[in-house]
Amino acid sequence: MTRRIKENIIKYVLFLFALVSVLVLALIVFSLFREGLPIFQKVSLRDFLLGMEWYPTSEPPLFGIFPLIVGSFIVTFFSTLIAVPLGVLSAIYIAEIAPGSIKEILKSLIELLAGIPSVVLGFFGMIVVAPWLQETFDLPTGLNIINASVILAIMAIPTISSISEDALYAVSREFKEASYALGATKFETITRVIMPSALSGISTAVILGMSRAIGETMVVLMVAGGAAAIPESLFDSVRPMPASIAAEMGEAPYRGLHYQALFATGIVLFVLTLIFNLIADYVSHKFRQSGSATL
Amino acid sequence: MIETKIRAMKWRYFRQHAFFGIVRLSALIIAAALGGLLFYIIVNGIGAISWDFITKPPTDSMTKGGIMPAIVGTIYLTVGAIAIGLPLGVVSAIYLTEYARQGRIIRIIKIGINCLAGVPSVVFGLFGLGFFVVFLKFGSSILAGSLTLGFLIMPTIIGAAEEALKAVPQTFREASLALGVSKWQTTLRIVLPAALPGILTGSILGIGRAAGETAPIMFTAAAYFTTKLPGSLFDEVMALPYHIYVLATAGTNIEQTRPLQYGTVLVLVALVLGIDLIAIVIRSYMRKQKRW
Repeated sequence: MTRRIKENIIKYVLFLFALVSVLVLALIVFSLFREGLPIFQKVSLRDFLLGMEWYPTSEPPLFGIFPLIVGSFIVTFFSTLIAVPLGVLSAIYIAEIAPGSIKEILKSLIELLAGIPSVVLGFFGMIVVAPWLQETFDLPTGLNIINASVILAIMAIPTISSISEDALYAVSREFKEASYALGATKFETITRVIMPSALSGISTAVILGMSRAIGETMVVLMVAGGAAAIPESLFDSVRPMPASIAAEMGEAPYRGLHYQALFATGIVLFVLTLIFNLIADYVSHKFRQSGSATL
Repeated sequence: MIETKIRAMKWRYFRQHAFFGIVRLSALIIAAALGGLLFYIIVNGIGAISWDFITKPPTDSMTKGGIMPAIVGTIYLTVGAIAIGLPLGVVSAIYLTEYARQGRIIRIIKIGINCLAGVPSVVFGLFGLGFFVVFLKFGSSILAGSLTLGFLIMPTIIGAAEEALKAVPQTFREASLALGVSKWQTTLRIVLPAALPGILTGSILGIGRAAGETAPIMFTAAAYFTTKLPGSLFDEVMALPYHIYVLATAGTNIEQTRPLQYGTVLVLVALVLGIDLIAIVIRSYMRKQKRW
């Protein structure tokens, strides 16, 4: 009897530990709202989200983050455009085509790529890619959308590749064997049978890769150029939300309007990535892969 | 008739070859990107590395000297993050794999973990600032930075630990339970030891992330410049990633300190990838040695 009580106590204690993740998420919301919401006593939500001017230190200050939101979406979009083909194709290579030894090495390489600190990639973009872009295309600055998108893509590739790879592995063998038995080539099997079965997993991978890109800070801080304006070309600078927060928080007076506006920007960023993650979660659960092996 | 069939066949195989070519190329591009990046960092950074660089503090307003305080700071923050993230993550994973029954609460916890994994690093920084630095009044300190980083790597550790625990064969548990051992003792004495190597190698990859992150420590722990080493958990520290950022963007003389920047980048990359590489090698060794 005492043993059962003891086991039950252990079970509930462990349960409390498992709740820590949810608790931390709640604390994140609490801290962001506590520091960020007061800005909306001075600036309306509409003016904040859709305002075109971000001049937090002018007199009077203007807190319109629309150009920052646009900046975030543009670099995310273009980095996705680069990272998705590379990530998904490399996953296909690893899961379906590569011979054993190459497969292991490539998987390790992608893991190492995922491990490279973002500040190092930002540094590389700043002093290698930027001068090269500037000279080659004769630009006023090499710190722009293109540069940030390429570097962000490098960060998003490992996420997309490894999750897609898991999704490809999860396609049941019977599907492939049935396809080969019908005389399909390997290419036809991959594109018509394996890819469609793994589509929900691959979509999850793409969404999580985008979420990674939109929230990435150091790269856009060092490489995107920092102009808080709506860009007109791919060679223009932008100031994505994370860059604005990271660059300005150090100088914003404690609990001043600027400080609150940066926290409010953090709320917007948090909500965006939360939406991305919930969609990813929904996709991977709603459209479970068919067949004996499910993701 | 036969000729058209052969032609169709050839076309099908041609498409296959073309597709395989593209697929190989994309794998090659990724490998080349990593290789080129590492090569560039090593070639440019190796010249700056010396015993003094690693063991001396910066001098002449950070235009000369070494990076010792930043190395020490990064080690403190990483160890702090492990001390918080590892136990919390492993215990959460034990509950989720060994105890939890599928249900709504578990579903919510799992969604919570996924969402936490997706929170941008700069938002973690804001959280650390708003909660640990301001609300709990820790100030900008090792404690605040470690807590922030610890919660940042927790989802990674939970994922790694869950995978390692699930890989322990069910028969191990059944054998133990059949001998009359309680569930908790089975978990602690049978399942956990069997899963431990997998948990550790998986976690190491998260730990590398803690060492390399910049945004979460910018407002919670990192000092622009200190020569003294931290004396307590409530001191600010220098950290390698933040040091790189500062030297490359806000230093007193960005061009002149370039060798220092390359050197710091090399030290950070060697540290982080060294940790990751050890994990990868141990894991592949373990897979070959697998006893069950």
